[in-house]
Amino acid sequence: MDNSQTKIRVLIAKAGLDGHDRGAKVVARALRDAGMEVIYTGLRQTPEMITEAALQEDVQIVGLSILSGAHMTLVPKVLKMLRKEGLKDVKLFLGGIIPDEDKPKLAKLGVDGIYGPGTSTQSIIEDIRKACQ
Amino acid sequence: MPVTLTKSILNGERLALTRTLSHIENNTSEGNLILEELFPHTGKAHLIGITGAPGTGKSTLVNRLVFNYRHPHQGENAPSVAVVAVDPSSPFSGGAILGDRVRMQDLAGDPGVFIRSMASRGSLGGLASTTSGLVQVFDAAGFDIILIETVGAGQAEVEIANLAHTTIVVEAPGLGDEIQTFKAGILEIADILVVNKADKPGADNALRALRNMLSLTQPEKKSVAHHDDQLTIEQSPEISDLADQDWIPLVLPTIATTGEGIVELISGISKHKEYLKSSGGWILKEQARLTNEVGNLLQLALHKRWNSSISSADYDDVLDKVVRRQVSPRKAVERLIKGAGL
Repeated sequence: MDNSQTKIRVLIAKAGLDGHDRGAKVVARALRDAGMEVIYTGLRQTPEMITEAALQEDVQIVGLSILSGAHMTLVPKVLKMLRKEGLKDVKLFLGGIIPDEDKPKLAKLGVDGIYGPGTSTQSIIEDIRKACQ
Repeated sequence: MPVTLTKSILNGERLALTRTLSHIENNTSEGNLILEELFPHTGKAHLIGITGAPGTGKSTLVNRLVFNYRHPHQGENAPSVAVVAVDPSSPFSGGAILGDRVRMQDLAGDPGVFIRSMASRGSLGGLASTTSGLVQVFDAAGFDIILIETVGAGQAEVEIANLAHTTIVVEAPGLGDEIQTFKAGILEIADILVVNKADKPGADNALRALRNMLSLTQPEKKSVAHHDDQLTIEQSPEISDLADQDWIPLVLPTIATTGEGIVELISGISKHKEYLKSSGGWILKEQARLTNEVGNLLQLALHKRWNSSISSADYDDVLDKVVRRQVSPRKAVERLIKGAGL
């Protein structure tokens, strides 16, 4: 039996004001079943709350679900605050409705993965595992 | 690295704190070294355990408790508070959903509060095997109060009582009749019994049942009605002195969603702390906790040593014989211990 037991820890948060959290819940559940520890924070999280939770929970991955169209406002704020807290190694994954033209901009800002409707949970799991290696 | 992390923790740096908590949780050798260095700085915080069945409102109660601690009356100092919230790991995937923060949104943005969720990772007593390690780190980091929320507990998850100075058991109306209050286990470990959701039907019954249960064992009653006469029972002085010192668990109603009863609960917690300090119970609890911790670590270390000295072929062979009913489980264990040369 291995004595040290490292687990992938993921924060799943609904950023901003939209109240549709089914996607976030589906992803959280899939990650749980893939053996990860998922910190679920629920609806209407501000960038401050997301950063604070990421710090306190020492997660490797932050998964944001945004369906409101506010991603170009919220994501840069979250990234900036994460860096400011010294969480430079935390990876940011994004789910929701993200128009194609925004994807390159978000990737350039430092978003590690973007997943729209129809994504298989298996591909998210694999990407997270790869990002945590 | 451990030495610098230790220093940063003692200086109150949050990044160092959170990284150290992960080291402890993952049982790394760095983590163990840091715990060594932090241990002399522990023993100051008031450790408060919150346990009870799933859905009784433990997290919501923690949210309210911490919020009230952080917003005291004018002129009073607000203690810093750490929360360790344990949720269960899946027995199948090993994964977990840690959802206690959802109820603790009122605490966001407060630098005097630090919430850490943890998964039970296969432990069965309501805590994770590394919970006490995390608590020690928070203690050394200077948090005045550490609230430990267990997994939703049934009847027998009583490990929290070994860790906390003050144990709060949260009940809700409608969870059973008076017979449930007679049973051994979780109700016995309560220093304070809270009936949460006290606005729901059945709350009065729950409060009454719990108070009745306590009145059966309360030592203060020195006279009983015997037919029409009132008989006074003579007690030897030592026994009644002891009885006066005994803490009688408080039974308090709360409505965590509105905050009703929280002030009374906080004053109950303070009373219990004063009682422990004045009766010598504080020292006894510390002794019990550390003894328990050494016992647990010893068990783990012995298991680890046994595990490394037995070959998996021998292990499989003995198990196979048990499954074929050729060797009894007890005999198998005897052989496995001998086989490891212990």
